Amino acid sequence: MTGRVQIAASSVPRLPRGVKLRHDSARDAWVVLAPERVFMPDDIAVEILRRCDGKADVDGIVDELCQAFSAPRDQVMTDVLGMLQDLADKGMIQV
Amino acid sequence: MNAPAARRIPPPVSLLAELTHRCPLQCPYCSNPLELERVDRELDTATWQHVIDQAHALGVLQTHFSGGEPTLRPDLPELIRHAASIGQYTNLITAGVLLDRAKLERLADAGLDHLQLSIQDSRAESANRIGGYKNGHAKKLALAKEVTAVGLPLTINAVMHRQNLDHLDEIIELSVELGAKRLEVAHVQYYGWALKNRAALMPTRAQAEAAIDLVKAAQERLKGVLVIDYVVPDYYARYPKPCMGGWGKQNLNVTPSGKVLPCHAAETITTLTFDNVKDKPLAEIWHRGAAFEAFRGTEWMAEPCRSCARRELDFGGCRCQAFAFAGQAEATDPACTLSPLHQELVAIAEREAGAAEPDFLYRNPRNIQAAALPAPAPLPAE
Repeated sequence: MTGRVQIAASSVPRLPRGVKLRHDSARDAWVVLAPERVFMPDDIAVEILRRCDGKADVDGIVDELCQAFSAPRDQVMTDVLGMLQDLADKGMIQV
Repeated sequence: MNAPAARRIPPPVSLLAELTHRCPLQCPYCSNPLELERVDRELDTATWQHVIDQAHALGVLQTHFSGGEPTLRPDLPELIRHAASIGQYTNLITAGVLLDRAKLERLADAGLDHLQLSIQDSRAESANRIGGYKNGHAKKLALAKEVTAVGLPLTINAVMHRQNLDHLDEIIELSVELGAKRLEVAHVQYYGWALKNRAALMPTRAQAEAAIDLVKAAQERLKGVLVIDYVVPDYYARYPKPCMGGWGKQNLNVTPSGKVLPCHAAETITTLTFDNVKDKPLAEIWHRGAAFEAFRGTEWMAEPCRSCARRELDFGGCRCQAFAFAGQAEATDPACTLSPLHQELVAIAEREAGAAEPDFLYRNPRNIQAAALPAPAPLPAE
């Protein structure tokens, strides 16, 4: 049995098998497809999830987001860690 | 802005494809109708593929292959491959007793995204008795290990009732041990076969309340390890469940013979008629089919639902339960404390749960005739 994952700045997040981020043409929206669940992520969540490719670490993802949206780094780091921890607790993110 | 905009029908999210009603198990709470569909009435491969294509075009994101036992269909890998190739998220809902490693690998290769395995209890003897299948439990446990070994995400589904509810803690531990990432704890919903077996299944209020506390504690303790989804025992609840997330709002169900239902139990509402995929395009059925239109929105509601602040939250509850208990599908679900029938519903539940459990009426073709008889009168009040 694996324990609860703690997301840190050095974590390398990815979507586990069985969780997919897809653009759906019928709704013209991004959707997260998971075991017997469908989520409609908001724009910020989409920007984060698209970068969870199993290569970039959280630090790198935060750097990119800060540049793309010219937002303060501390705030972005807090938001990204919070969202990824929540998703990891729901089995939607692995590291 | 105007009326048509307000009535715009959103695209469906999921398709429940009931490939067959055949099943080696005989669970007395089976969600299939009492009138099981015969094998010679089942849709062929090409028709199912066309249904999946139409569902995809309509906006369906997830296709759930179910039954009966869907692995009885030799074309299951072909159907999964087809659904996956057009971009459907594919899920297999199975009892697991007919699968082995080689078959699992074929399904995974075909593009299966996720597998949901049912268990009947944590203890073999009881599980085999409830499912009416010899040695089923051991087969399921062996299969669960193969599922995770193949790398497929696994959900365990456990239907709960008075004869296994006291083992819920063991079922949660077993799910973790088997490597499941998700557990569905679903109290029996009482229509069809389960309604016939209600007295053998209904838990006591104390049992139900203990289960709620236990699940809450486990959800907290197992964060990031096991997601537990919980379907509450609604006879003892205050408000009804928001059945199907709203009638005709998210889900499409296609039966083995091609009937299109808003929910898998909708055929218990004998006043409804259902379109068939062999006669009409799926889009037309979704948008304009009489059964889908019957309980969309809130205009069909009577009081106390019509003016209720929760009408968009729980949609008046379950139409099948309203029909089964009140005799009117438009009635408020009697599970709701605001229903005039609620006290009667609770009284029956408490009486049945307090009495000795009768034998199961197992779900099988032999028992269809017995099931067609009216339910035994509730036990007289002491």
